[in-house]
Amino acid sequence: MATYLEFIQQNEERDGVRFSWNVWPSSRLEATRMVVPLACLLTPLKERLDLPPVQYEPVLCSRQTCKAVLNPLCQVDYRAKLWACNFCFQRNQFPPAYAGISEINQPAELMPQFSTIEYIVQRGSPTPLIFLYVVDTCLEEEDLQALKESLQMSLSLLPPEALVGLITFGRMVQVHELSCEGISKSYVFRGTKDLTAKQIQDMLGLTRPVVPVQQGRPLQPQEQPPISSRFLQPVHKIDMNLTDLLGELQRDPWPVTQGKRPLRSTGVALSIAVGLLEGTFPNTGARIMLFTGGPPTQGPGMVVGDELKTPIRSWHDIEKDNARFMKKATKHYETLANRTAANGHCIDIYACALDQTGLLEMKCCANLTGGHMMMGDSFNTSLFKQTFQRVFSKDFNGEFRMAFGATLEVKTSRELKISGAIGPCISLNAKGPCVSENELGIGGTCQWKICSLDPSSTLAIYFEVVNQHNAPIPQGGRGAVQFVTQYQHSSTQRRIRVTTIARNWADAQSQLQHIEAAFDQEVAAVLMARLGVYRAESEEGPDVLRWLDRQLIRLCQKFGQYNKDDPNSFRLSDSFSLYPQFMFHLRRSPFLQVFNNSPDESSFYRHHFSRQDLTQSLIMIQPILYSYSFSGPPEPVLLDSSSILADRILLMDTFFQIVIYHGETIAQWQKAGYQDMPEYENFKHLLQAPLDDAQEILQTRFPMPRYINTEHGSSQARFLLSKVNPSQTHNNLYAWGQESGSPILTDDVSLQVFMDHLKKLAVSSAS
Amino acid sequence: KMVLAPVIFPNEIHSLPYSMFFSLLLILQIQVIENDKASRGGQIYATNIRGQVPPLVTTDCVIQDQGNASPRYIRCTAYCFPSSSDMAKQAQIPLAAIIKPFAAVPPNETPLYVVNHGETGPIRCNRCKAYMCPFMQFIEGGRKYQCGFCNCINDVPPFFFQHLDHIGRRTDHYERPELSLGSYEYVATLDYCRNNKPPNSPAYIFMIDVSYSNIKSGLVKLICNELKTVLDNLPREEQEETSAIRVGFVTYNKVLHFFNVKSNLAQPQMMVVSDVGEVFVPLLDGFLVNFQESRSVVNNLLDQIPEMFADTNESETVFAPVIQAGMEALKAAECAGKLFIFHSSLPTAEAPGKLKNRDDKKLINTDKEKILFQPQTNIYESLARDCVANGCCVNLFLFPNQYVDVASMGLVTMYTGGTLYKYNNFQVHSDGPQFLSDLRKEIGKKTGFDAIMRVRTSTGFRATDFFGAIYMNNTTDVEMAAVDCDKAITVEFKHDDKLNEDSGALIQCAVLYTSISGQRRLRIHNIGLNCSSQLADLYKSCETDALINFFAKSAFKAILSQPLKTIREILVSQTARMLACYRKNCASPSAVSQLILPDAMKVLPVYINCLLKSCVLVGRPEIPTDERAYHRQLVMSMDVADTQLFFYPQLLPISDAFPTAVRCSEERLSEGGVFFLANGLNMFLWLGVSTPPELIQGIFNVPSFAHISTETLLPEVDNPYSKKLRSIMDYIQSNRPYSMKLLIAKQREQAEMLFRQYLVEDKGLYGGASYVDFLCCVHKEICQLLS
Repeated sequence: MATYLEFIQQNEERDGVRFSWNVWPSSRLEATRMVVPLACLLTPLKERLDLPPVQYEPVLCSRQTCKAVLNPLCQVDYRAKLWACNFCFQRNQFPPAYAGISEINQPAELMPQFSTIEYIVQRGSPTPLIFLYVVDTCLEEEDLQALKESLQMSLSLLPPEALVGLITFGRMVQVHELSCEGISKSYVFRGTKDLTAKQIQDMLGLTRPVVPVQQGRPLQPQEQPPISSRFLQPVHKIDMNLTDLLGELQRDPWPVTQGKRPLRSTGVALSIAVGLLEGTFPNTGARIMLFTGGPPTQGPGMVVGDELKTPIRSWHDIEKDNARFMKKATKHYETLANRTAANGHCIDIYACALDQTGLLEMKCCANLTGGHMMMGDSFNTSLFKQTFQRVFSKDFNGEFRMAFGATLEVKTSRELKISGAIGPCISLNAKGPCVSENELGIGGTCQWKICSLDPSSTLAIYFEVVNQHNAPIPQGGRGAVQFVTQYQHSSTQRRIRVTTIARNWADAQSQLQHIEAAFDQEVAAVLMARLGVYRAESEEGPDVLRWLDRQLIRLCQKFGQYNKDDPNSFRLSDSFSLYPQFMFHLRRSPFLQVFNNSPDESSFYRHHFSRQDLTQSLIMIQPILYSYSFSGPPEPVLLDSSSILADRILLMDTFFQIVIYHGETIAQWQKAGYQDMPEYENFKHLLQAPLDDAQEILQTRFPMPRYINTEHGSSQARFLLSKVNPSQTHNNLYAWGQESGSPILTDDVSLQVFMDHLKKLAVSSAS
Repeated sequence: KMVLAPVIFPNEIHSLPYSMFFSLLLILQIQVIENDKASRGGQIYATNIRGQVPPLVTTDCVIQDQGNASPRYIRCTAYCFPSSSDMAKQAQIPLAAIIKPFAAVPPNETPLYVVNHGETGPIRCNRCKAYMCPFMQFIEGGRKYQCGFCNCINDVPPFFFQHLDHIGRRTDHYERPELSLGSYEYVATLDYCRNNKPPNSPAYIFMIDVSYSNIKSGLVKLICNELKTVLDNLPREEQEETSAIRVGFVTYNKVLHFFNVKSNLAQPQMMVVSDVGEVFVPLLDGFLVNFQESRSVVNNLLDQIPEMFADTNESETVFAPVIQAGMEALKAAECAGKLFIFHSSLPTAEAPGKLKNRDDKKLINTDKEKILFQPQTNIYESLARDCVANGCCVNLFLFPNQYVDVASMGLVTMYTGGTLYKYNNFQVHSDGPQFLSDLRKEIGKKTGFDAIMRVRTSTGFRATDFFGAIYMNNTTDVEMAAVDCDKAITVEFKHDDKLNEDSGALIQCAVLYTSISGQRRLRIHNIGLNCSSQLADLYKSCETDALINFFAKSAFKAILSQPLKTIREILVSQTARMLACYRKNCASPSAVSQLILPDAMKVLPVYINCLLKSCVLVGRPEIPTDERAYHRQLVMSMDVADTQLFFYPQLLPISDAFPTAVRCSEERLSEGGVFFLANGLNMFLWLGVSTPPELIQGIFNVPSFAHISTETLLPEVDNPYSKKLRSIMDYIQSNRPYSMKLLIAKQREQAEMLFRQYLVEDKGLYGGASYVDFLCCVHKEICQLLS
């Protein structure tokens, strides 16, 4: 039999699902004793080259409360043309089109390899995708120029039929009309006045005058173009116009006196963008793309006043309850985000500024709608340019890697209930028999809306085992979960992807070793981390850390092998061995530590952590470090200060940063110019190797990571030094001996100290 | 000299043959004008003598400033004030000055000198703050001067010191305008500027109503085409080559469209502001531009505007937000300026200042009639206040097809020193020329911006009331967002003490303003009047044309608070009391039944009668409310010459070889004659049924009376008749603030009715006494007062 590792990998590749436990404890009580909840990471639109979509409607279970989709786990009576739902056991008649099925002639959805299947379905007339650019004009000339060029470039990347619109803002907000010739026309709004969607639509002239219906005369079919066409036009029609319009965009012309920030009406601009789409294209795939170069400084949603002498709120201010505008602004953006999500649109935030831009307050706009969030120093950097370009990247079929307006529905067999989800989604408040009362993340529902998602968008979904201890599950019984994702494909097709999985039940008392062996510690670490980060958004940092620690200790107590009160005897099996280390790095990560991070940075990091897939999430928790030396091919090394050696080049990937670090000797050689001498060509190759590898990562990662090329003793080296396990510090340097590694000036505990404490606590009979 | 003018026997008046009055009355109106022309016309009138009565407004002469302001700037109802308030009360003659601070002067008269005292600024009396002027008496060898207004003794600033000559006059008397002239200007220092910052040059904003009716009538196209050329004639300082005035453009219907016409743009940009509830200015840079620099973008825009809205079906408009937007734009640009609003309909769209049709004929001749002259909402008043505070003058061109509530819509224009133009049922081909001529004139007008006027007087009397296109925040400062060459302010004076007969009554009017090029200046007009304890002196020095101006303005102002009936009664009784007082105290004894009029007031009754017959003071449902409100507003800012012509039109028999004005009476018309009539707003050509064909051929280029179409414009025919008529029209039109449209009234045809309203000596079309009847009535009142 294949190992669990292979099993997990296979399942992930086929279904985009990884469970914390791959053998499920069969009772509620046992399940809670497992510490790590039964949960999974689901990548609903995981790219599957081998999965051609089928062009018909899925067959649904006829029970109104179930409506599960026919899947390979269902029992089929080919003769009677009946199938039994594996969730509710309802027996269903096949639809007439299935009259010809037999054991040999099976439809795809019944074949085991199609546990994940995608349907293309007909739902109304296809609507083009919509891209609404919301552009800050309070930028430095150079920045604005770069942004304009990026936007102009993006027009060539959009699908030609896609509708595009432009809103610019500074002190005022301008909605540009795109259909006019000879004169560029825009509607201007005050940046300080919040307007209702109705008001916005009235002011934009989007409400059609009521034409009295004359008796005996049928209503004329719509002859005139849709009223929204003034602001949203197909790219192929107006790309020249819009290119010119973008080219002529000027910096916000209102004077900014010394000591003031420009007046930036981000709040109203977004509100207008949302209102515009709300009225014209509800429930159609649309991206509102906000490009901002600074914090909102006026009107609803303002984050900081325009006086430069008052700095924008820091974590310190927030803790001291000194962030004057935070609550109000957050509320404004939350309201907008919820409206946007309700309309099925999404908001991207591309924030480029040296200081904070208010991502903390605006984060919900991207978080709740599945939008992107990008943070950079300037629009005139490859960081922004390439990230933005990558938004429009295409898959192997030449289709955009973006999908819109998705709803994810989860169905479970009756032993399981759904506690909640964490990811770029909002609840659809769909109550049902499989909804648990115990909420984890966004709970109380079995359906979520994901307004925008791409092939890597990943949700964490938490379950609860509800089977009672005294109701044993028959031998060989399996629990099943079905994920039904309905979405608008970038080709504007409506599609439904259905993934049905099943896992074995096991009695935790008699078969604990099975359950233990089937533990997926990687995904468990990420699932726990998501819970931690989710809590950190609303709870105090130290409380979250304490909770994480307690969970870790309990897990070690449950699954460690040890003699009571003898820390030295403590052992963890292979399937758990890496878990404490993940937790150690997670505790130090910017997702839970706010020290040295601005509130904006924390929001940015957490945003990405809550939506990336397993691999990326693990990199975020525990960055990976490669070492390059003459002694052999590059090798992964411990994320430890001992890995920092004078004659090595290190490549660290933290997801957000790619750091290339030249050891002391390497740096000296490089300064001496050995790489340019023909006899030291191998040194040249050594220098080149990490650059090439970094390039490879840079080319695929979204958002584009910050690229840092540094060396021993340089200030930029801090990016590396802050991440490695401080096994050698100024405190213990001499105790640890001479040569190896480099000491880190920190008071943080090292992994060694952490593990020692963990063991002590785990084996303690007192706890 | 006392004139025993027409003698009327009241008891027999109705039995007398009409022709007898004819000969008696003939002397009056026309003769007085002609006499003055004959005796003073074409001469030089020097203003060196205090209290002398200037030539009539109808008399052409050259005026030389020799220490008192030219009558072009200031005219008074009396040039010799009664020395005590008792005496003033007795005579009942209003004491007022009509000041037209920016009056145009003909090229043969000297323009105002500009005095620059550098950083110290103008020299002013320490106590009353009067400016240095010819009324200051230098004493103590020139080291001090005594203020002519408050008698305070001030030190002469060292830089200004000058020795006195043997008659106690400074030796530099004739070198300094402020010592020897009645009118001159000072360069103002930063202390006189808003926020102590030198002002920016003013701006003109053109705001065009592009709703359905204006597009359909072709008006928008007409305006846009005209603007392309007329903007080359923006006013500029004499010495400058181009105008410093910047221009901006807004179009609107239910929403406002601002235009960015920055010179470096390839094409104009349009910015729509639909938040009319709280209107704001969407752009700063590129809105107000120098026309010369942005010419191509502006022309591009003006070409596009009619196209852009060609398919509009928007018929609703806003109005107050338009003014608000213009004002905010000027405020944002930190400059004063004028708005030119071209509007056609009642603003019924949902927005501040929304108006409804409230024209209620039932209110006429009731105590509530005044409501019709008051604004519907107080938004316009507060808007006016803001406009004045920001130096924003509103010129309004109205093109109504029905009631548009001029009383409400014109209010801001009135308070901000703007001009109101109204073209009823505007047709491009027939009314276009008149409108364009008005527009050109309005754009080219010499104007003072962001002005504040103060009238100072010598001790014993003071200015108590002000009438005009002005705004008063307190009792002394007359604020005007702009004041142009046609605007006159009428100031009433009252005694608060005895006046000194030796020193006379001195008046100094100082206007602080921003010039066309953005310079802060002070314009000073001084005039000295005599004082006398003799009523005869007072009656001798009166100027009837000025009196009528005052009576008209005070009556038209009173309309807002009093019933028509009361106002009419006051006018009649005051006339009677003025004349009775004269009769009692100045005239030589004669029969009671004789009507004796003072020489200077011979024409007062006829003018008062004309005033009483003006549509504002006649409450008849046939007269549109808007027309009354319009006339009321126009008269409020008129000067003496304008009111003279407005109330008593000029009627010329064109058919005569040398046309001289005739009385406005049907009796003067003849079936074989052609008559021309003008009142400053309208022109008529009346044609008798048996007009000689050669005259008709000459003027209209058609063979006969029947061929004349009243619809056509006057053709330009190369022919002495046509030339004569057109030169007369041009002459009458010149120096008039409004362009007059010529209407052709053929005898016994419909249009004649309109024309007949202007025969003011006859019984009015809508009631109103004939001159003879009115004279009888006044005479009766006088007799009652005397008995």
